Amino acid sequence: MKRYLAHPAVAGLFAVVLAGAALAQPAPKRIISLVPNVTEILFAIGAGPQVVAVSNYDVEPPEVRSLPTVGALLDPDTEKIISLRPDLVITYGSQTDLQSQLGSANIPFFDYRHAGLDHIMVTMRALGARTGHADQAEKVARALQARIDAVKARVAGKRRPRTLLIFGREPGSLRNIYASAGRGFLHDMLVTAGGEDVLQDIQKESAQISTEMILARRPDVILELNAATRLNDADLKSVMDPWTTLSSVPAVRNKRVVILLGPGITVPGPRVIDGIEKMEKALHP
Amino acid sequence: VNIRYRIVSVITAFVAFTVAVLIWAPTVGTTTISLGRVFDRSIAWDSNVDAQIFFVARLPRVLAGALVGSTLAAAGVILQALLRNPLATPFTLGVSAGASLGAMLAVTLNLEFGVLGVSSIPLASFAGSLIATAIVYGLAASQRKGLSTNVLLLAGVTLNAFFSALILFVQYIADFSEALRAIRWMMGGLDVAGYAPIVAALPFTIVSFVVFALMARTLNLLSAGAEAAASRGVEVVRDQRLAFLSASLATGAAVSLGGPIGFIGIIVPHLVRLLVGADHRIVLPASALFGAAFLVLCDLAARTIMAPLEVPVGVVTALIGGPFFLWLLVKRS
Repeated sequence: MKRYLAHPAVAGLFAVVLAGAALAQPAPKRIISLVPNVTEILFAIGAGPQVVAVSNYDVEPPEVRSLPTVGALLDPDTEKIISLRPDLVITYGSQTDLQSQLGSANIPFFDYRHAGLDHIMVTMRALGARTGHADQAEKVARALQARIDAVKARVAGKRRPRTLLIFGREPGSLRNIYASAGRGFLHDMLVTAGGEDVLQDIQKESAQISTEMILARRPDVILELNAATRLNDADLKSVMDPWTTLSSVPAVRNKRVVILLGPGITVPGPRVIDGIEKMEKALHP
Repeated sequence: VNIRYRIVSVITAFVAFTVAVLIWAPTVGTTTISLGRVFDRSIAWDSNVDAQIFFVARLPRVLAGALVGSTLAAAGVILQALLRNPLATPFTLGVSAGASLGAMLAVTLNLEFGVLGVSSIPLASFAGSLIATAIVYGLAASQRKGLSTNVLLLAGVTLNAFFSALILFVQYIADFSEALRAIRWMMGGLDVAGYAPIVAALPFTIVSFVVFALMARTLNLLSAGAEAAASRGVEVVRDQRLAFLSASLATGAAVSLGGPIGFIGIIVPHLVRLLVGADHRIVLPASALFGAAFLVLCDLAARTIMAPLEVPVGVVTALIGGPFFLWLLVKRS
C-alpha cells in the first residue's frame, strides 16, 4: 500500500480527493457540466435547475439547449467557465489542466470518468449527495437498477446469441469497422441484454476488426448502432447492402443484422436502459 | 552482356518472386482455412466459410496491396528521376496531402454517397489528389521554360504543409469519432472487403503504367539533366509533364484505395537499385513488381502479428521504412 501511495500519480489523486473533501460545502447553486451524460444524470436526479452552463455537445434533455456553452472535453473555455461564477464544475478525468486551473480559482469540481454499467448508478448517488438531491438520486438509481434487473431476469436461462456490436464503419462499405470489445459499458449493455460478445476475449473497450475476423467468428446476431433517428428505405438499403457479401455469417444468412437507431443509445446515463431494452428485443425477439 | 538478355532475366526473377508471394499470401492469416474447402464447388457459397474468408476477406486485400504497392513504388521511381532527387517520394508533391484532405472532408461532412460500389471516402480523396496535382502543375508550368523541377519541389513541399494545416483544422472542428476515423484512414488500410474499389482504381493505374512503360529510356536521359536529355533528342517539356501527371494520377488512385501508405515509394526503388543497378528499363518494372510483393508482405505482417487485433499497414511500412530512410541518408553523405 505504501508503495502505491508513494507513486506521484496516486499521491496527486489523493490530493485531489482530499481537496474535494475539504471543499465540500452546502449544495451548489451554479453547476457547470462539461460531460453530456453527466448533465443528463443531473437533470434526472432533480439538479437540473442548478445547472447554469453545459458543454458544446450537450443536447439532452431539451432544457440544456438554451443554456450557455463553455467548450468541450479538449477545449474547455476556462475564462468563460470562471466568469460564470460556478460553485461546482463537472469535469472529465482527463481534463487535468482545467482541474488545476479550477483549483487555483478555488472552484470545486466533480471528477468523472466513464466506466462500466454499474458506474452509472454510482455516479447518480455520488452526484445526489454532492448536489443536495440524495433522496431523489437514490430513487432514480433504484428505478434504473430495477429495470436492468428485470431485463436480466427475462433473459436468464435463455440461449445467449453470439453477438457482434458495431458502432462505426465507413458508409456504404465494410471498411474500418469498429466494434465494442470485451470491456466497458457497451460490452456490459450487450451482456445485460442477454448476448454473448464475440469479441469478449479482446480486453479493450473497442477494436477495429477485419472482415476476416467477422467471417471467422461467425456471430449469430450483428447489432449495429446508428446515430440517425430514422432511416428511409434508400438509406436502410445502403446500410444493409454491404453485409450481403458476408453471406456465410449466420447473422447475415438468417437476416439478423439489426440496426439500432438513435443517438442516445450509447449515452451512459438514465437513458441507458432504453438502449439495453432495444438490444434485448433484437437479441430475444 | 547483352542488355536485352539482362532485362529479360532480371525481370523474370522479379516476376517469379512476386507471383510466389501473391499466391502464398492469401493462404495465410489469423484463421486456419482448408484450401480443399475453398475450391470445393460442391459446398454452397453461403455456407462455405473457408471460401468466403479466402475470396471476400483475403484475396481482395492481397490484390489491393499489390496494386497500391506497385503503383507507389513505380511512381517513386518516376519522381526520383524527374526531380533528380533520390529522396523524392510519390507524396513529395502534395498528392497524398490533397487526398488526405479530401478523405478528411468526406468523413467530417458525413458524405454518404457512393458510385458503383465505391464509397464517398475514396472518391473524395481521389478528387483531393487531382486538385493538389492541378495546383502544383499550374505553378510549375507557369514558368516559361517547361517544368521547373525546383519550382515543382518547392510547390509540392509548401502544398504539403498547407494541406496538412487544413487537415489539422478540419480534424480539430470534427467530432471525436469522425476525427478518429479520419486519423485511422491516414494510417492506411487494405481490408477493402470486395473487388469494386480495386476495379475502380484500376483504369487510372493502367493508363499511368502505359505512360511509365514508354518513358523508361527517357527517364535514363532525364536523370542526367534536362539539357543533356534535350541534346539527345528528348522532348523534355512534354515528357516531364507526362511523367509528373501520370505519376500523380497513379498515386492519387493508389492513395484513394489504400490510404497514404508511406515509405513504399522510397524503400522499394532504392532496394531495387541496390540489387540491379540504375537503368530505368530494369528499375522501373522491377520496382513495380517488388513494390507489390513488399506491400503484400507488410500487410500480411499487419494482419497477423498482433492477432486478433490488426496493426495499420502504414504503421508497419513506416516502422520498416523510417530506419531504412535514415540509413540511406547516412550512406549517401
